[in-house]
Amino acid sequence: MELKDFKQRNISPGYIFFEGEKKPENGWQAFNRVVKRTLKGELFVGLWIVLREMIRFDIHTIQYPAEKMEMSPRYRAIHRLLRLFESGSERCIGCGLCEKICIANCIRMDTHVDEKSRKVVSEYSINFGRCIFCGYCAEVCPELAIVHGVEYENASEQRAHFGLKEDMLTPLDTFRAKQQQEFPGFGALSDNADENVKQTPLAY
Amino acid sequence: MFETAVVIETVVKAVIVVAVVAGMAGFATFIERKVLAFMQRRLGPMHVGPYGLLQLAADGIKLFTKEDIVPQNAVKPIFMIAPVIAAVTAFVAMAAVPYFPEFTLFGYTIHPIISDINVALLYVMGVASVGIYGPLLAGMSSSNKWSLLGAARAVVQMLSFEVVSGLSVLAPIMMIGSLSLIDINDYQNGGVISWLVWKQPLAFILFAIAGFMETNRAPFDTIEFEAEVVAGYATEYSGMRWGLFFIGEYANMITISVLVSIIFMGGYNPIWFIPGAVAMLLKVSLWIFLFLWVRAAWPHIRPDQLMWVCWKVLMPLAVVNILITGFVLI
Repeated sequence: MELKDFKQRNISPGYIFFEGEKKPENGWQAFNRVVKRTLKGELFVGLWIVLREMIRFDIHTIQYPAEKMEMSPRYRAIHRLLRLFESGSERCIGCGLCEKICIANCIRMDTHVDEKSRKVVSEYSINFGRCIFCGYCAEVCPELAIVHGVEYENASEQRAHFGLKEDMLTPLDTFRAKQQQEFPGFGALSDNADENVKQTPLAY
Repeated sequence: MFETAVVIETVVKAVIVVAVVAGMAGFATFIERKVLAFMQRRLGPMHVGPYGLLQLAADGIKLFTKEDIVPQNAVKPIFMIAPVIAAVTAFVAMAAVPYFPEFTLFGYTIHPIISDINVALLYVMGVASVGIYGPLLAGMSSSNKWSLLGAARAVVQMLSFEVVSGLSVLAPIMMIGSLSLIDINDYQNGGVISWLVWKQPLAFILFAIAGFMETNRAPFDTIEFEAEVVAGYATEYSGMRWGLFFIGEYANMITISVLVSIIFMGGYNPIWFIPGAVAMLLKVSLWIFLFLWVRAAWPHIRPDQLMWVCWKVLMPLAVVNILITGFVLI
């Protein structure tokens, strides 16, 4: 590595520099250029490329209402609140970290202590008019309770739709039908998370 | 009595030609959208009817029922008649064009040409040139800057390509010695080898380029290029008046395809086992496809480049071609 390699960090190794054609200086060069361009047949390359694509018939269109694009699990759309697989109770422990970290200030939650003296979330809502879908809430959540879904069709008659707790929380019948999937997307643990966990050393 | 029969026959032929060509022009819009879509890895119209076939009808209904707007400061009579000129000249030019070999129906020999005049080629090219009055008048009467620019470009383009198309087609005419398209067709009745494209390759290329200019197709669609002059001369038009311009453009495309097929590609002479009528249809389809293909592949050129290529490259080449043809003939 030389110094200039460090200085050109914006250029990858496979970068090809193209100087461009020299401008013709006199009439003879201009004439030569016309003849060269005429006989080079580059126009036919263009014709061949579009014809090749037509013959290949590799159509990229998704006929939307009939077919839908498969979204990546890391896609950040409308949030979902998940339930614990073991008990079916809500994962959210009401710590309020999402509310704190939200840079658009669009998460609002209300908690109370129930008769078993456990902290439970009574109200939880996201103002989707303000949410910028940055994913901080999902990332900061210690319980993987609030996650981003892949539901992108959110046209509605009411502003408040999709953003209330009962909209986002996995419904109990869906949960009982074992249709709640563990969330592999944004902020979730990686597949080899257990291997990566090291015991906290007691002494160095 | 004989004259009455001729009149009836001519009227029937004219109605058939107008109906069939208008239908084909409509269908060509569908084909164009599909071919362009496939070349760009899209599907094109798919929802109206099977594979979007009824899109044609939907477009027609839309055009017919749309409000016919005449801008406030437009010169009303000229504004209203301009699209009619464009469409009518496109159809009138077809009067002297033979489409198929003559055939017998119910013991009556039919010549599939409305009028076999001896200056057919001159007539067709002349009427097609009159067609440029459509865009010109439309642009000048619209009281819109884009329309005016489009009209100016239309005139510039017409002056440029008319010279090229006229000179390039002169060489084949010198060889054949007739302006009648039937004579030109009959000259090439010796199979594929006798096609004029082999004897006049330069004239063929020049005429094809001029044909692209005449029909305002890419890469020479300077007069209605969206990025530069919005919709050019047709900016202020809506509904069926705009539709007339559209039909005129596609009818011109068909005329040019037929002309190139007849003059340079053997016309409706049978090829080996393919009968003449089918050969003609194939050739015209090939040319229509070429128009769409080129539109999908090539960028369009600036008006100054168009004039440069016409006056400084194509016209000298056409003159040289005529000179060479003349020397060879002598």
